[in-house]
Amino acid sequence: MKILVAVKRTIDAYVKVRVKSDNTGVDLSNAKMAMNPFCEIAVEEAVRLKEKGLATEIVAVTIGSDKAQEQLREAMALGADRSIYIQTSDELEPINIAKLLAAVVQKEQPALILLGKQAIDSDNNQVGQMLAALCDMPQATFASKVVLSTDKVVVSRDVDGGEQILSLQLPAVVTTDLRLNEPRFKKLPDIMKAKKKIIEVFTPELLGVVLKSHITTLSVADPPPRKAGIKVQNVAELVHKLKNEAKVIA
Amino acid sequence: MKALVIAEHDNHILKGATRALVTAALQIAEHVDVLVAGNKCLTVVTAASQIAGVSNVLVADHGNLQYPTSETLAALVLGIAADYIGILAAATTTGKNFLPRVAARLDVAQISEITAVITSDTFVRPIYAGNALATVKSTDSIKVMTVRTSAFIETPTGNTVAEIKNLAAVESSIHTMFISETMSESLRPELTAARIVISGGRGLGSAENFHLLDKVADKLGAAIGASRAAVDSGYAANDMQVGQTGKVVAPDLYIAVAISGAIQHLAGMKESKVIVAINKDAEAPIFQVADYGLVADLFIALPELEALL
Ligand SMILES: Cc1cc2nc3c(=O)[nH]c(=O)nc-3n(C[C@H](O)[C@H](O)[C@H](O)COP(=O)(O)OP(=O)(O)OC[C@H]3O[C@@H](n4cnc5c(N)ncnc54)[C@H](O)[C@@H]3O)c2cc1C
Ligand SMILES: Nc1ncnc2c1ncn2[C@@H]1O[C@H](COP(=O)(O)O)[C@@H](O)[C@H]1O
Repeated sequence: MKILVAVKRTIDAYVKVRVKSDNTGVDLSNAKMAMNPFCEIAVEEAVRLKEKGLATEIVAVTIGSDKAQEQLREAMALGADRSIYIQTSDELEPINIAKLLAAVVQKEQPALILLGKQAIDSDNNQVGQMLAALCDMPQATFASKVVLSTDKVVVSRDVDGGEQILSLQLPAVVTTDLRLNEPRFKKLPDIMKAKKKIIEVFTPELLGVVLKSHITTLSVADPPPRKAGIKVQNVAELVHKLKNEAKVIA
Repeated sequence: MKALVIAEHDNHILKGATRALVTAALQIAEHVDVLVAGNKCLTVVTAASQIAGVSNVLVADHGNLQYPTSETLAALVLGIAADYIGILAAATTTGKNFLPRVAARLDVAQISEITAVITSDTFVRPIYAGNALATVKSTDSIKVMTVRTSAFIETPTGNTVAEIKNLAAVESSIHTMFISETMSESLRPELTAARIVISGGRGLGSAENFHLLDKVADKLGAAIGASRAAVDSGYAANDMQVGQTGKVVAPDLYIAVAISGAIQHLAGMKESKVIVAINKDAEAPIFQVADYGLVADLFIALPELEALL
């Protein structure tokens, strides 16, 4: 069974984000970049499924500028067998990413497609669902447990208020939540081996995908700052302030 | 020019989020219809029909909508989408799950988690865990969007009653089988709707200690939230997580107990009106957003707080 894993290069989750002074976007020029944490979880899950003998091949795919190939090397160091790189310059909208991934699905015919639930830069939470719709496949988003068999996958999902379990007929799309697993660290020998693994390069044209623009970003601004607060000396003062100053408790 | 709002409900109660969606929708279009998709959801339909400014309530009341899959919900919405210039769902796990399928099938973008409507085609949405606010303009003929409902006031009940129209059933997807759903039972207010939220972090130290929050929450009528670390450590249930990847809350009062204030946590609570932080580390970043900071050991402060409330 073949698994396709989509990974995105994003700003490192712990870097302080700075908005550009001309308000055209976020300044990424010197920011540390990494694999989107939810994609790391997707790669880890694929590797575990292969280690259990349930999957035979893991293909990683990314869409972005040249540097994004670093994240494919990362995915291969973690256990992906080979990669597909789709070269684009722009920050693409989720609908366009989904169309490109759908073209890859068409070519590769994976039984299971794993994605992160959300990219931590754009916070869109869309691509997996859109891909499932375009490929007419069942989906399970926000997965906290994945049980794979030959023709179906049973997924526990984190939903508001509790947990839901779905059984999907393969091929299917699953997006990962934080609770699914704890990604391993890359080992040096595996990083070396990953350098020899194959990255196939495509462009949207080569895949026959026409990209359309749907959204224009007019500006990117800092959120309004909170006014500086105060330190209270003790619980009594806190309660007094909450009652009489903030008036949020009776 | 009509917009469609997808009602949030549990087949019995219409969630306040629906009223916030109506508020957003009325800023986009003159007329707003509400779709109630559920099973035996008459009380929800009645409540929806009374929201001020709603023209029609479209009802899909069928057995396969008790636990609808994303496929079924998307099919239902796609059946009526052509009538609307905007389709709005709450940014809950339900809305986030099915709405992108609708957008993809319509070949339009989805705009996620809008927090403001500037004009009928221009919206504000937080990106980078709320560290930046993007103003985006859509060129699509149908605007499909999820809404951060805490950012909009709730439209109250009005004097008129909307017309109720029944929709035909849609077939269930054959590829997805619903197995089960377990909802945590709680008598406390819902996290995203509560006026007061008290959240605990890793510093609580154990699931047992986490219950120290209960008594304070009882006195305040507060909902209880948690940081990711508290969830990961097994102190709190997953659906209690507040943050970039959990729930976004904006109560009148948010009390963070033993939470350091990582950006991912702040993303979920920094729009709260008043923030209180209780932390023994005076340098904890949470104090930078707190209106009232108390540097103290929670094991001393919480019992004191309980006694004084
Ligand atoms: C992709 C991604 C998504 C994430 N999403 C979320 C999210 O949605 N929500 C979220 O919360 N986190 C999220 N995180 C995790 C986040 O980065 C932090 O790790 C997490 O918020 C830390 O939780 P904490 O503050 O409880 O723990 P810590 O950072 O360990 O802080 C514990 C605090 O407790 C204090 N303390 C300890 N003992 C006491 C005591 N006795 N009395 C008083 N104070 C005490 C300490 O001083 C410390 O400040 C995410 C991370 C990633 C990478
Ligand atoms: N440029 C990209 N290349 C590959 N996968 C992507 C890309 N953008 C998003 N994805 C996948 O879609 C998931 C959700 O992203 P989003 O819907 O943008 O929040 C990510 O975790 C990735 O798995």
